Amino acid sequence: MTKNREIPPMHPDSAVDFLPLSQLRGVQFTRLKFIVQRAYDHVALFRKRMEERKLKPGDLRTMDDIVKLPFTVKTDLRDTYPYGMAASPLQEIVRFHVSSGTTGKPIVVAYTKEDLDDWTRAMVRSLAACGVHSGDIVQNAYGYGLFTGGLGAHYGAEALGASVIPISGGNTDRQIMLMKDFGVTVICCTPSYFLHIIERAAEMGMDIREMPLSIGVFGAEPWTEDMRERIEAGSGIKAYDIYGLSEIVGPGVAMECTHQVGPHIFEDMFYPEIIDPKTLEPLEDGAEGELVLTTLCKRAMPMIRYRTRDITSLEPARCACGRTLRRIHRIGRRSDDMLIIRGVNLFPSQIEAALLKVEGTLPHYQIIVDRQKGLDTLEVLVEVTNEVLSDTVSGLEQLQKRLAHSIEAITGLHPALKLVAPRTIQRSEGKAKRVIDKRIL
Amino acid sequence: MKLKQLSVFLENKPGALSEPCRLLAKAGISIQTFSLADTREFGILRLVVEDSDKARRLLQRNGFAVKVTKVVVLEVPDRPGGLAAILDALEGTGINVKYAYGFTVTRENKGVLVFCFDDPDAAIQVLQKQGINIVGVANRPKRTKP
Repeated sequence: MTKNREIPPMHPDSAVDFLPLSQLRGVQFTRLKFIVQRAYDHVALFRKRMEERKLKPGDLRTMDDIVKLPFTVKTDLRDTYPYGMAASPLQEIVRFHVSSGTTGKPIVVAYTKEDLDDWTRAMVRSLAACGVHSGDIVQNAYGYGLFTGGLGAHYGAEALGASVIPISGGNTDRQIMLMKDFGVTVICCTPSYFLHIIERAAEMGMDIREMPLSIGVFGAEPWTEDMRERIEAGSGIKAYDIYGLSEIVGPGVAMECTHQVGPHIFEDMFYPEIIDPKTLEPLEDGAEGELVLTTLCKRAMPMIRYRTRDITSLEPARCACGRTLRRIHRIGRRSDDMLIIRGVNLFPSQIEAALLKVEGTLPHYQIIVDRQKGLDTLEVLVEVTNEVLSDTVSGLEQLQKRLAHSIEAITGLHPALKLVAPRTIQRSEGKAKRVIDKRIL
Repeated sequence: MKLKQLSVFLENKPGALSEPCRLLAKAGISIQTFSLADTREFGILRLVVEDSDKARRLLQRNGFAVKVTKVVVLEVPDRPGGLAAILDALEGTGINVKYAYGFTVTRENKGVLVFCFDDPDAAIQVLQKQGINIVGVANRPKRTKP
C-alpha cells in the first residue's frame, strides 16, 4: 500500500545517467588517464607501486588497461595517515572526513572545493533517481560530523532544492514529532533505525502510513529484501538502497532508481570492477566477487582500484529506467572480518588494540553484536587474568571502565563491557570464537 | 604478622561459589575464613586458607584467576568494643581500611560464618532440611567469656 507520488521531470544533473554507452566509456577513459596522472605526480605510494611494475600513466591505451594498475587497500590509508594519500596541497583542501581504520589510527579522506561539488552532484543524482525533487521535505537522520553520511546527504538534498531538516541521528521521539509536524516526505537514515522509528511511532500511538512520508533513502549498513518489505508494509513508503563508502567519497557512489532493482553505480565518477578476492583476477560482469572502485574525478585523494571488501556482482542487463549505468547487487557480506555497527566500521583487531593498550597482554575476548529496537548493540566479553585481577570491587569496576573507554577511543563505539571468568569464552579448535553477530537481517 | 589472602574471580551465577570450595575440600585444604564481595555481574571470593601457595596453584591450574594480597589478621577480645579499639588505634594515622570481614570462634571450636541470601527464608528452609544448624533459629551456641 505505497503512497502515490507524481513522477517529477528529469533533473538536469541526471542526464549523465542516460549517456549512450560509447560516450560513457569515452568519458571514463579520459577521466581515468587524468586521475592516474594526478596520483602518479602527487602520491608517493602510488608512484612507487607504478615504478615497481615499470608502468607509466602513458601506458594506459584503453579502459581495459586499468587491470594493470596496482590496487589500493584500506591499510594504505592508515599507513599514510593523515596526509599521505593527498594529491592536492592543503591550500586546496577544504574538507576532511574521518572514519575508523583497522587498528588505532583512523582513516582520513580529503576534498577540494571541486570534489565537494562533484560529491554534491552525485547525491543530487542519487536523490533524483528515486524521485526526490524540490518541494520535498527531507529529514536527514544520518549522523552529522566526521561521518560522511550526514553532510553528504545534506548538501545533495539542498542542491536539489529540497527543504532539509538536519536533525542528525538519535532522539527518536523528536524525529517522529518533526516528521509529523513538518509533513516530512523523505527520510535519510539507516534501514535498521527506520524500523525502530516505525515501532516507536506505534508505541506513541502514531502511524507513519497516515503521514505524508513517502520515500526512504537507506544505507550505511547491509540490509535485505525482507527488511525492505517490512519497512514498506509498516510505513507505506518506498524504501531505496543507497551505497557509498568514505574512502571513495561517502554516500552517493550508487543509488537505486524507482524500479528498486539494485543501486546504479555513477560510473562516470566511480569506475567499478569485480575481482576474485583470492586471486585478485578480474571477473566478468554478472560474476560474484569483490567490488573495486576507482575515483575518476577526485582531486584531493584519488583512489585507484580501491578494494572495498564488499562482495557483490555487476548486473550488465539494462534497467527498465533506461540508465546506462550498471547496477550492483545487494551487498550481503564482505571479504574481510569488518563489522558495520550503527554505520560505524569495526574490525576485531581494533578491539584487540584497545584491550592490549590497557592490559599489556591480550586477554581472551569475544565481541557480541545484536540488534535491539532497531539499534545495533556492541558487547565485549573479556576474560579476567591473574595479572589484572583486583581484590576489590572498585578495582575491577575501574578495569571495566578503562577497557570500555579504550575501545570507545579507538572505535568511536561505546561497548557494554563484561568481565568473565577465565576459560569461559567458547573456543573452537583451541581458537576462541571472536565475533558473534546475532543480528538477523 | 601478614598472611596471604587469595582473591578468586567469580561470575555472579548459581554454582559459581561451589567449584573452588569443592576443589579445596578435595585437596584437603581448610578454609580458615572467607568473604564475598559481589556486584550484579561478578563476585570476588576472598579466602584465608592453611596453605595459600598450594591453594593458589590448585585454583589457577583449574582455570581460576587468583590474586594474592597480603592481609593482617588480628585477635580481638570477643566483647563489645573489640573492633572499635583497633579502629581507635588507627585513628589519625591516615591508614585506611579497604575492607574487613570477621568470624568468631565458639566454645565448640566451630567457625561461625555469615551469609547474605537473596531469599533468606527459602535458604533457611533448605538448610534445615539438610540438618544444618542455623545459628539464631535453633540451639544458638553459647558464647565464651574472655
